[in-house]
Amino acid sequence: MVTYILKRLVYMIVTVFIIATLTFFLMNLIPGSPFNEERTTNAAVQQNLEEHYHLNEPLAVQYILYLKSIITLDFGPSIKQPTETVNSLLGRGFPISAELGIWTVLIALVSGVALGVFAALKHNHLIDYMAMTIAVLGISIPNFVLATMLIQQLAVQLEWLPAATWSSPAHMVLPVLALATGPMAIIARLTRSSMLETLTQDYIKTARAKGLSPYKVVVKHALKNALMPVVTIMGTLLAGILTGTFVIEKIFAIPGMGKYFVEGINQRDYPVIMGTTVFYSAFLVFMLFLVDIAYGFLDPRIKLHKEGGSS
Amino acid sequence: MLNKILEIHNLHISFKTFGGEVQAVRGVNLDLYEGETLAIVGESGCGKSVTASSIMRLIPTPPGQIKEGSILFKGQDMTKCSDKKMRGIRGVDISMIFQDPMTALNPTLTVGDQLTEGLRQHRRVTKKEADAQAVDMLNLVGIPNPDERMKQYPYQFSGGMRQRIVIAMALICEPELLIADEPTTALDVTIQAQILQLFNKIQKETGVSIILITHDLGVVAKVADRIAVMYAGKVVETGTRREIFYEPQHPYTKGLLHSVPRLDQKGEKLIPIDGTPPDLFSPPEGCPFTARCPAAMEVCSRIYPYSTVRSETHEVDCWLQDERAEKYSATIQS
Repeated sequence: MVTYILKRLVYMIVTVFIIATLTFFLMNLIPGSPFNEERTTNAAVQQNLEEHYHLNEPLAVQYILYLKSIITLDFGPSIKQPTETVNSLLGRGFPISAELGIWTVLIALVSGVALGVFAALKHNHLIDYMAMTIAVLGISIPNFVLATMLIQQLAVQLEWLPAATWSSPAHMVLPVLALATGPMAIIARLTRSSMLETLTQDYIKTARAKGLSPYKVVVKHALKNALMPVVTIMGTLLAGILTGTFVIEKIFAIPGMGKYFVEGINQRDYPVIMGTTVFYSAFLVFMLFLVDIAYGFLDPRIKLHKEGGSS
Repeated sequence: MLNKILEIHNLHISFKTFGGEVQAVRGVNLDLYEGETLAIVGESGCGKSVTASSIMRLIPTPPGQIKEGSILFKGQDMTKCSDKKMRGIRGVDISMIFQDPMTALNPTLTVGDQLTEGLRQHRRVTKKEADAQAVDMLNLVGIPNPDERMKQYPYQFSGGMRQRIVIAMALICEPELLIADEPTTALDVTIQAQILQLFNKIQKETGVSIILITHDLGVVAKVADRIAVMYAGKVVETGTRREIFYEPQHPYTKGLLHSVPRLDQKGEKLIPIDGTPPDLFSPPEGCPFTARCPAAMEVCSRIYPYSTVRSETHEVDCWLQDERAEKYSATIQS
């Protein structure tokens, strides 16, 4: 197990390194620079600024400086907001984004699995059709459309919930709802089909023949097996939710990490772009690692380590 | 042969499909006595598994439905039991073993957990007591190092070992009736022999009654006390093992016995039964075997034969048993 984790750790570092490198060169391919604006500044001032941020150095030197900043975990000051460092932006934005993300994952997972299980248990009944209609809608409506619709209906028309910003639990409802519906729908469909398949397995018949209660048969015997595909796509879904937060945070004016990320790109704020990208990719790679670990817990046949074999 | 533990009367079971209603079981009568092994034999689709599953009400409803008849287990009608009461009977009074041990165990739970969960559901026992009982059970079915094995997962066992675990699981609450649905079909021959020996041993030690469903007459010859031959949803002949193997009366039973390869008669060709079983969407009115029967008469296709009682244990549904049949069958054969 320990060897496995160490091995994965090396892979994770390599992955993040490749992403960071790609981002750096792609970013430099984008025309423009932080000081290239409509309002032209004095040439001398601009040169001073570039020197200050090492933007006049050759690309290779910049790249090495950048790698150094990653290793030391200090991404330096933001160019556009000189009073802030990238680290302070991340420190402020991440808890908010994390809160949004965690609620989204929780709600998508719980309601998606519940919807899928009920649909499978009531296969070809009204509940099944209703659940699958919701799921199809959820998959086909993009979250930014859903977000604006929710704001229009629940915030503007009915005035039940606040339309934007992030301060109380009530403020969270709409963004989480908008962000969670898509993943929830995918999880629901997957759980349903996987559950339908699992319920026809012989070991379910065995469990019923033991006289177990329907709850035990479904939750203990069927669900644990049916969740395997759900865990498999959790990695992809997490990536989806992560990128979804950019859009949702923008729409709901949530001061999370996504907001700084998008602003950073728009303003060519190089340190902010690099910092957020590396942070995001490191986070995602770590989440995927957790998903793989969860796999091993759900199904004992999946071995995370090579030592020892079946007897 | 003491008391009847199970009586099935005129059982009809149908399955609704898109193509119509399949009448899988069409009036089955069966009795099972305490401590005996009854084998139900017949080809695929003759209704033997459906009959067996219906005893524990494990037929998926819908599409399946018990249309008519009664299943009396110790005087209590299973077809009229509430679901809750049924759960109290499943695994406690009646247990079932399924065909394929490779799929009958949940791959994500330890063997110990699966062995004890039935016990913990039905009896008031602590985890420790349940574990101890499970270890005893594993000993009984011949699994070495049971303590260690309890913590392992099904994938760590071979097919024969898994079937032993399935048997241990079925027996842990000391049921009075064990239904084994083709318990040896998925196993290779040497393991089959071991499992059948195990059945004999268990019956001797616990006195459990066994219903054995199989299409393997070799298995039947080894363990069954009595045999019921099923065809197209009906029991066409019942008798003791001796009666069925040495004095088969129904042409279908004879046909089955002819199509078994024999080691003691070298070079003899097998005689298959020509044709296929009837379509159970619209089963024939008369004897369903008519179309394949070498001795079919006119009456066979029109009216289902009455049961002829040849001895206390031997019953046949065939027109050839009728006194008037002989001259007809003589004319057919000539």
